[in-house]
Amino acid sequence: MSMRDSERGKGHGHRGGPTRTSRRTFLKSVVAATPALGLLGCGPRHGSAQARTPVYFTPDEATFIDAATQRLIPADDLGGGANEAGITTFIDLQLAGAYGRAERWYMQGPWPHGIDQQGFQLKYTPAQIYRDAIGRVEAHCRQQHGKPFAQLDPAHQDDLLHALEKGEVDLGDIPAKTFFAMLWQNTQEGYLADPAYSGNRDFAGWKLIGFPGPRYNYVEDIGKFGRPYEAPFVSLVGRDPSAYLRGES
Amino acid sequence: MTARIGIAITLSLGFAGLCAAGAVAANASTSARTSPGPHASVQHGRYLVRAGDCMACHTASNGAPYAGGRAVPTPFGTIYSTNITPDPDTGIGRWDGDDFYRAMHQGIARDGHRLYPAFPYPWFTKLSRDDVRDIKAYLDTRARVRQRDIAPKLPWPLSVRGAMAAWDAMYFDAGTYRADPGKSAQWNRGAYLVRGVGHCSACHGDKNFAGAVDAKHPLGGGFAEHVFAPALTGGKRDGLGKWSEQDIVDYLGTGRNAITTAAGPMAEVVSQSTRYLSEPDLRAIAVYLKSLPAPPQDDIAEADAAVMRHGAALYLDNCEGCHLRGGTGEPGAFPPLRNSSAIQARQPDTLIATILRGDAVPATDADPTGLAMPAFDKRLDDGDIAALTTYIRQAWGNHAGVVSRADVKDLREKLHRNPN
Amino acid sequence: MAKRERPVDVVLVGFGWTAAIIAQELTDAGVQVLALERGEFRDTVPDFATDTIQDELRYAVRKQIFESPERETLTFRNSADQTALPMRHLGSFLPAAGVGGAGVHWNGQCWRFLPQDFEIRTHTEQRYGRKFIPESMNLQDWGVTYDELEPHYDRFEYLCGVSGTAGNIGGVKQAGGNPFEGARKRGYPLPPLKRCASTVLFDKAAREAGFDPFPCPAANASKPYRNPLGVQMGQCTYCGYCEWFGCGNYSKASPQTTILPVLLKKANFSYRTRCNVTRVNTDNTGKRATGVTYVDVDGNEIEQPAGMVVLCAFAQHNVHLLLLSKIGTPYDPTTGRGVVGRNYAYQITSSVDVFQKEILNPFMGAGALGQGVDNFNGDNFDHGPLGFIGGGYIALWNTGGRPILQHYLPKDAPTWGSGWKKVMHDNYLTATSIATHGSVMSYRSNYLDLDPTWRDDYGNPLLRLTFDFQPNEHAMSDYLTDQATKIAQAIPDATHHVKKRDGHYSIVPYQTTHNTGGAAMGADPTTSVVNRYLQSWDVPNLFVMGASVFPQNAGYNPTGTVGALTFWAAEAMKRYLKNPGPLVSA
Repeated sequence: MSMRDSERGKGHGHRGGPTRTSRRTFLKSVVAATPALGLLGCGPRHGSAQARTPVYFTPDEATFIDAATQRLIPADDLGGGANEAGITTFIDLQLAGAYGRAERWYMQGPWPHGIDQQGFQLKYTPAQIYRDAIGRVEAHCRQQHGKPFAQLDPAHQDDLLHALEKGEVDLGDIPAKTFFAMLWQNTQEGYLADPAYSGNRDFAGWKLIGFPGPRYNYVEDIGKFGRPYEAPFVSLVGRDPSAYLRGES
Repeated sequence: MTARIGIAITLSLGFAGLCAAGAVAANASTSARTSPGPHASVQHGRYLVRAGDCMACHTASNGAPYAGGRAVPTPFGTIYSTNITPDPDTGIGRWDGDDFYRAMHQGIARDGHRLYPAFPYPWFTKLSRDDVRDIKAYLDTRARVRQRDIAPKLPWPLSVRGAMAAWDAMYFDAGTYRADPGKSAQWNRGAYLVRGVGHCSACHGDKNFAGAVDAKHPLGGGFAEHVFAPALTGGKRDGLGKWSEQDIVDYLGTGRNAITTAAGPMAEVVSQSTRYLSEPDLRAIAVYLKSLPAPPQDDIAEADAAVMRHGAALYLDNCEGCHLRGGTGEPGAFPPLRNSSAIQARQPDTLIATILRGDAVPATDADPTGLAMPAFDKRLDDGDIAALTTYIRQAWGNHAGVVSRADVKDLREKLHRNPN
Repeated sequence: MAKRERPVDVVLVGFGWTAAIIAQELTDAGVQVLALERGEFRDTVPDFATDTIQDELRYAVRKQIFESPERETLTFRNSADQTALPMRHLGSFLPAAGVGGAGVHWNGQCWRFLPQDFEIRTHTEQRYGRKFIPESMNLQDWGVTYDELEPHYDRFEYLCGVSGTAGNIGGVKQAGGNPFEGARKRGYPLPPLKRCASTVLFDKAAREAGFDPFPCPAANASKPYRNPLGVQMGQCTYCGYCEWFGCGNYSKASPQTTILPVLLKKANFSYRTRCNVTRVNTDNTGKRATGVTYVDVDGNEIEQPAGMVVLCAFAQHNVHLLLLSKIGTPYDPTTGRGVVGRNYAYQITSSVDVFQKEILNPFMGAGALGQGVDNFNGDNFDHGPLGFIGGGYIALWNTGGRPILQHYLPKDAPTWGSGWKKVMHDNYLTATSIATHGSVMSYRSNYLDLDPTWRDDYGNPLLRLTFDFQPNEHAMSDYLTDQATKIAQAIPDATHHVKKRDGHYSIVPYQTTHNTGGAAMGADPTTSVVNRYLQSWDVPNLFVMGASVFPQNAGYNPTGTVGALTFWAAEAMKRYLKNPGPLVSA
């Protein structure tokens, strides 16, 4: 009996069912996942993450993510950091979407604790984990330092991130290691995923490492051993994804 | 949607879109038929009905075969194909052989009203009486479908059937194909097929304001619905000048050849019609088409360098994965764009429409794959597509006219209004 | 009361590689075939189109091209004394859902197993003696030989347009190919893929280390290719998005690019999507399948009668269905008796990441663009002094350089912060990785059964996986990794990060989707579920396809062997349909 399936109305299809994943639906999904952009119609190209109204995060949560991710990927000699790359927006939109709701995960109880090899066993979705964990980290900061994470000096911020990474902070039901791993994973995603998802702004992450983006033909280039590839950076929505996200195409 | 639908001419109504083959025909490559039995007649009729792609127009989307009702948009209004099943009340079940021949040969229906030339009687008039008989014999074997014809939506005076008499007087000469004694039987067979049942110039010919094909240059390229059917004459750039006879045979038989693959409406024509033609008939068509001289070439304006740079960038980002660098394509898989007559056609509409809508190679028994190209209408805007098509038409030695943003915008809107 | 559909001659559970082959073969033989697929219909355009598919986040990271564990997953534990817990999201392996199955998202690494792999018990006893085999290991011959399968390997390779260099044609060694491979009747249909900077580095280093490198066989077309069914493929353009992605330009072999254009046009073939088969039904004797029951997208339970049933789902799903349907005797680990769920195996992988100076442009790649050595696969080397059974290949695959999941960092590199940025900047274009890909034998303690606690969306118990790496596999993998390190050391001006596979098996990190066994084939019904023709010993009109029939796993990617076994079984099914009954008497 597949109540859940029919409840979710994910489409139907017999022969050549209509629920295909087409580019069109992909574009729609990007748009749907970026309602703030859709409404504003003109996200600034080089603004900080705060310039966009978060969809899932509260303003305080967004401030925390801004500060934490900027320590994980700082601005330095090699270029902009998480904030310049739009990572808070990226994570916000991810949490507001299917990933944040753990739509594809098996989320039926019971929920006993397992061993490391058995992987994730929390009854919380990623969106819930962020909300709960950020609240507890901020409470920890106020208790230890009398101010929120974003107002700590960078050294203290790094210390706290290291403590989370090692599982040395009590976040209630959520192991600090789990939260840190999720935050760091999503931060890397925001830096290195296609700019169509609103992170990796101006190809910040790809420029750092030298990945040219989704190009489909290296037949002639692959034999040019040792030579850098020179074609311009490109995303799934073209060479200037910000133009797409502004609704210009 | 088929190329042969909007056919040539303006409007049509009429009912039957039929076809034929044979006059000179009969003694050329189909077997000489002195007195065919009923079975042979029906079989030959089926061959001709496919050759004329009658079903394409005379069957509505998801409708019963040959029951008509398909909307045929014309520049003048919409007409609807008619029921040519043997149903006595709504089809042609009461028509005898002479009624049917008159419709095919003169464009006049059983009740005496004049048909609109969206029904290709200006071509079918070339058909031999035997061929027309066989077509009717085949149609008589189809399932009877009771479905009333839909009245055309045309403005006055076109809505008056009598107006077609004037049209006929100006643009139509009835007459069975007459073999050119100075040419081979094979050439004559090809001419009979191309000018008759195949009604190729309905799409591949330039049409005048009244929708009549330019009789002096019947295969010099023309519009079919929203796409441009390229010239079938001997031009090396935008015609068949670089094609061999075998290339033509392969293309019509399988939808592709060493040079290109069929796209858009022609892909459907191949899969529903020409692939059923016999090899000798395909070869006869090739011989005839290869005999057509090249028309004089137009002057082509050079594209702006900035447009070419923009187009080159878009080509790299969007097209190179399949069509490869330099537009070489992949033999047998993805069509080359370099040196392609379709790409360099006088009008860029087919190229633009392919980019906007995507396309697929016709799937045939010989070539079942149906390799497809995605639609780029969401990813590329009008300016992008103008630059890209201009680039493709002028890069790598190609030499065809610049495409403007307005060209793309117009076509995009037309396709949006009429997605078929 | 379940709705009853009209009977068909043959119903296939699943519509991936094996189903497409069986359907093509049996419809050619004139029978009516229906495939039931739990996922959606998918085709190159629009689903994998060039402007859509190169999306690492969507497909590889969020895993939208695979099955969704949301509705049904499995539970996992390392050993029977633990409580198995649900695999909440995908990790270690990535089964497919949707038409084309995992054939859509594989890399195209298309190998033949070694002749000895099929007779591993006999071969091991002959060369090393009976005592060489650990007590806990269920080492079994397959019941079919390489020579019997050779024509079917050939058919699969020509279907797919495999690119490669033959190493042994008719017993004559061929320069440039794999000197250890079994004799093939003819070469590959296409020449090998182009080499890239990193495979050239590997080739040179492997030679210096004294090994015999060759281009790995690739179901990525090196040139446009038209297969024996007349289906046309395009040439690979090295875009670097094979595994975990569909192919946008028809160059990776999949059911879509090799069979479906012909199959879908046949009047005696049909398929239904979003149909989740929950039971194979049998008559009151339990000896004859009467069809299957499935749940459609609206939650309706529907009975589909059929004269013959073929399980074509992913390995563990086939086993799950057998257990739910109570066909065959379930394996009991305490007594060692029973067969369904027995012989579960996997593979063991490791890598040696290499950091050197030359720009390698890792993003120019293809799923099966690799250079490998087979000196330590199967029994190509003397195991006597080493004390373990099995082996694997060592290869440098340049499958792509997708930035989120395919970057390599030196040992002890900073894991975040400016230090992380610097190592990413310094190494992305110049680092590469040598992989080892090793066999896993079957053991008494590794098996599949039904979970007592968790259920799927259809109310059925989840499958329970009990599995861990055994000392034999760790010893083999460590040895293999040591050999890979020798190759890495022969690359000039390079440092290495050796990543052995230590400790217990974990279901978290991706390793390989080469899950095998649970419905083993063999000559003895007390140790196998299906006979040498993949026909159920218990229910002769039921056949089981895919890697679920492997008695243990070899050191190669399994798809080539799965394809060959499917063609082999299809021939047997045609004989069965003419003269129904057991093809082997028990």
